[in-house]
Amino acid sequence: MASGSVADQEGQVMLLGFWFSPFVKRVEWALKFKGIEYDYVEEDLTNKSTLLLTSNPIHKKVPVLIHNGNPIAESLVIIEYIDETWKQNPILPQDPYERAMARFWANIIEQKVREPAREALFSQGEQQEKKVKELKEGMEVVEGEAKAKLNDKTLFFGGGNGVGYVDIVLGWTCNWMETIEEVGGFKVLDPKSQPQFHKWMANFREVPFIKPTLEPKEKLVEFFRMVRQDRLGLVANK
Amino acid sequence: MEEHLPDKSPMLLQYNPVHKKIPVLVHKGKPLAESLVIIEYIDEVWKHNPLLPQDPYHRAKARFWAKFADEKCVPAMFRAFSKVGEEQVQAAKELRENLKTLESALEGKQYFGGETIGFLDIAVGWIGCWARMNEEVAGVNMIDAEMIPLLSLWFQKFLELPIIQECLPPQDKLLAHNKEFHKMLMMAAALT
Repeated sequence: MASGSVADQEGQVMLLGFWFSPFVKRVEWALKFKGIEYDYVEEDLTNKSTLLLTSNPIHKKVPVLIHNGNPIAESLVIIEYIDETWKQNPILPQDPYERAMARFWANIIEQKVREPAREALFSQGEQQEKKVKELKEGMEVVEGEAKAKLNDKTLFFGGGNGVGYVDIVLGWTCNWMETIEEVGGFKVLDPKSQPQFHKWMANFREVPFIKPTLEPKEKLVEFFRMVRQDRLGLVANK
Repeated sequence: MEEHLPDKSPMLLQYNPVHKKIPVLVHKGKPLAESLVIIEYIDEVWKHNPLLPQDPYHRAKARFWAKFADEKCVPAMFRAFSKVGEEQVQAAKELRENLKTLESALEGKQYFGGETIGFLDIAVGWIGCWARMNEEVAGVNMIDAEMIPLLSLWFQKFLELPIIQECLPPQDKLLAHNKEFHKMLMMAAALT
């Protein structure tokens, strides 16, 4: 990663993002959770800024956090950086074993839910069916963990009434999962077979610092419909 | 504890029910899976000889590059090993280019960790061993010493470290295993 050329005053935090990106949302939630002031820069997908391209030359993607002129990319890497740099309101647990379990579950969510969800959104026919099946299996695993960890006293994976790392990593499912279902033309969310997960979603949505950040589903649907059509259009033309 | 795939022991299935895979570290009766997660746990419990740097920004860089290697180098390497024809050629090309990108993370140092090895060296060092051996087995160039002179040198140095040598599997056994595995993959490829 190249060092940012922006001469920032000590402590200035900048976040480069897209409004529709669940990865960017994760980082915003981490920043808001800790009460960190930051400047948000809305990037243009079709015209990425020089700052973005020089801050994340490897992937050229958002989110990128720039702190004291140092750019950090990859949402989960950024969240750990935030947690290590600002000590108030810890996001990850203190105990090493609990931390390891939180990281393990973050990996599960990425591999078994988020990846298949994205692939199901951008595929069709047999390929999509395969991904939807994978996604459903991933949701079963998540429901299993929710059943094991959550109850009337423990609303979130972070323990008790407070959100934690796993909640922040899973949070994109609120609004984005329904969006992907509608745009992709399939169903994976099922309150009957995923009661604990749905309880968790309902609680997550109401968290005071989370609620105002959630993008309306209609807006996300309109946007992702366009992207899906664009992507599949390209595939058909090959 | 040596596991025997494909007959996974009941202990493995109990300790890693989600993935049913190795490695699994069991410490004080509690199991942990996912190699990078395990390494970070080890680093946090045993505080001597730290693997990750102290500074959060440098820690973030190390994690970023470990992720890059896992997502951009490893799958390409496996494809270069298991595919044939044009697919194999493309995969090997992608691997070489991504290794070139990974090389930039060395930033002119001896090891990713600086004077001594650290988290990133351990996370990606195995790639050198695996790629060197399997270039021959699969008949494709994976480590282009001209393209990545610094990384090439680092692979060599890393594998020669006594502490790494101690942990490497017997090379003749590993070669035989990989040859068998490659044969199976080629048969599977021929059937599709």
